Amino acid sequence: MSLLVGQLFSGVSIGAVLLLIALGLALTFGQMNVINMAHGEFIMAGAYTVYVLQQVVTSAGASLLIALPVSFVVAGLLGVLLEVLLIRRLYARPLDTLLVTWGVSLILQQAARDIFGAPNVQTRAPEILTGSVHLTDDIAIASSRLFILGLALAAVAALTIVLRTTSLGRRIRAVVQNRDLAAVSGLSTGRVDRLTFFIGSGLAGIAGVALTLIGPIGPAMGTNLIVNAFLVVVVGGIGQLKGTVIVAFVLGVLQATVEYTTTVSVASVIVFVAIVAFLQWRPQGLFTLRTRSLA
Amino acid sequence: MKRAALGFGVTAALLFAVAPLVLGDFRLSLLAKYLCFAIVAVGVGLAWGRGGMLALGQGVFFGLGGYAMAMHLKLADAGPGNLPDFMILYGQLDALPWWWAPFANPIFALLATVLLPMLVALLLGLLIFRRRVRGAYFAILSQALAAAFAILLIGQQGTTGGTNGLTDIQGFFGYDLNDPVNQRMVYFVVAAALLAMLGVAWQLMRSRYGELLVAVRDGEERVRFLGYDPANVKLVAYVVAAGMAGLAGALFVPAVGIISPALIGVVPSIEFVIGVAVGGRATLAGPALGAIAVAWAKTALSERVPSAWTYFEGLLFVLPIVFLPGGIAALFKWRRRARLVPPAEVKEKVAA
Repeated sequence: MSLLVGQLFSGVSIGAVLLLIALGLALTFGQMNVINMAHGEFIMAGAYTVYVLQQVVTSAGASLLIALPVSFVVAGLLGVLLEVLLIRRLYARPLDTLLVTWGVSLILQQAARDIFGAPNVQTRAPEILTGSVHLTDDIAIASSRLFILGLALAAVAALTIVLRTTSLGRRIRAVVQNRDLAAVSGLSTGRVDRLTFFIGSGLAGIAGVALTLIGPIGPAMGTNLIVNAFLVVVVGGIGQLKGTVIVAFVLGVLQATVEYTTTVSVASVIVFVAIVAFLQWRPQGLFTLRTRSLA
Repeated sequence: MKRAALGFGVTAALLFAVAPLVLGDFRLSLLAKYLCFAIVAVGVGLAWGRGGMLALGQGVFFGLGGYAMAMHLKLADAGPGNLPDFMILYGQLDALPWWWAPFANPIFALLATVLLPMLVALLLGLLIFRRRVRGAYFAILSQALAAAFAILLIGQQGTTGGTNGLTDIQGFFGYDLNDPVNQRMVYFVVAAALLAMLGVAWQLMRSRYGELLVAVRDGEERVRFLGYDPANVKLVAYVVAAGMAGLAGALFVPAVGIISPALIGVVPSIEFVIGVAVGGRATLAGPALGAIAVAWAKTALSERVPSAWTYFEGLLFVLPIVFLPGGIAALFKWRRRARLVPPAEVKEKVAA
């Protein structure tokens, strides 16, 4: 029993990390159809922001709290810069966007290597997040993992509220559903695009802050995460958040379970096969926006 | 027709006469390595440039071909009945794993280098294209395949050599690879393979099939309404590209002497694409020339300033694709028939 709960929670916590990373992608890829391979490097930027802040703010708890909004803005601004300089020219060529942003990610990684050095750096976690919470005598859950789960769910809630109730959210949804109609209705679609990209990239920054709690910070930290996060969005279905949320947790639990029964390396192949099998059943992902478009 | 014959003649002369005369042994074996990448690029040009399928997992097929070849050469090095050296080193095995055994047969191994990647591509392609998974979805799936394959190889250290891969290959079907003369022979084999693959791609591109492939790229639904099944059209290009990548991997092993997960994961897989984009994705010679140029630039730059290469590679992904989508070939072809240099994703503009 305790083993089962432990496995389940380790799956949920993998899922929470996936969700935090994929949430930003659900906006930029799901809503805007932009495949941003540099998303992983925005995560890295968020993580290094914590590192830099801790050079100034000595209290680990305070620096973490300050880092959340600061990382959001840092990663968001990087995203806007990328959108304005490059992605805007490529909206008609989504596959080329993928390659161009991959190039940007190489440049950002090397820049991080030149600024912070190639070895990983460490940050300090606040006292309350280093221990673990005992549910029963033999089930212990790392509090940092609980914090990440909470952060992921809070991010989903905040994003849902923004998209559903604010005027910005209404504009984002309008542009996603029908760009031309939104434009003739007087919306500045270019501005909405930039704001969407700011929020999506900012969420990567938040993910970066969370990752400092559970792993080292290094120039290549983003590359390893990004492939699975894109899979989450593909399997979840674009244009809606709920698919991303469900699939992140399902994939996390699946990964943890298969890893437990086989090995990490076999698990990665089994998860891939499972995804291809799933796409036989739902090629457009779990949830899709119904459209009449043929393309 | 005449122009093509001339082009093939000049390429053959350069590869078989000029390069061996001008280059020393070391540079020639480097060129053999670049030509292997060029063979992969010819396939990518077919699948991506002509077919619109951005295959980001070609490293998997390159790796399957490479490992098939390396497994045979390791077994041949060890001699009949003996285990390859790394298996003894890691000491986890008493007998050869069952799936290694058939590779002791040279004919099986040679066929496997090309047929195994094609089979995997066929299976995956059937599942993906039939369900109309395409565009970015396909690209992401192919990339995930590369990631999973590399992780699998690294994890099975006892039977695949793990992170180190299969290294220290001495012989090539009875020829000693340490002998410079035999290294030259390997170079000639690679060059001949590249020419042959260019011939295959040329034949496919100018055939009715080639027209259909471009049509599927530019308007898949329209082709479907005309009564063709786009899935089959795409499948052929994808499988052929996989076969070329497998062949390249198989030749890479004797040319360089190693195959390892670092050569086939997500990063090397996407690097196979960059030369294609730089050279001109929809042309015949562009991808091969682009791949050779990028590989040469990598060696030349990272010999001198390693960090500069990464910046340069990043810019290679950014600048040509943003400002010159047709690649360098577009600079030379602006006068000729438009069909040969379509800006890759015209259809989105039409649709939007």
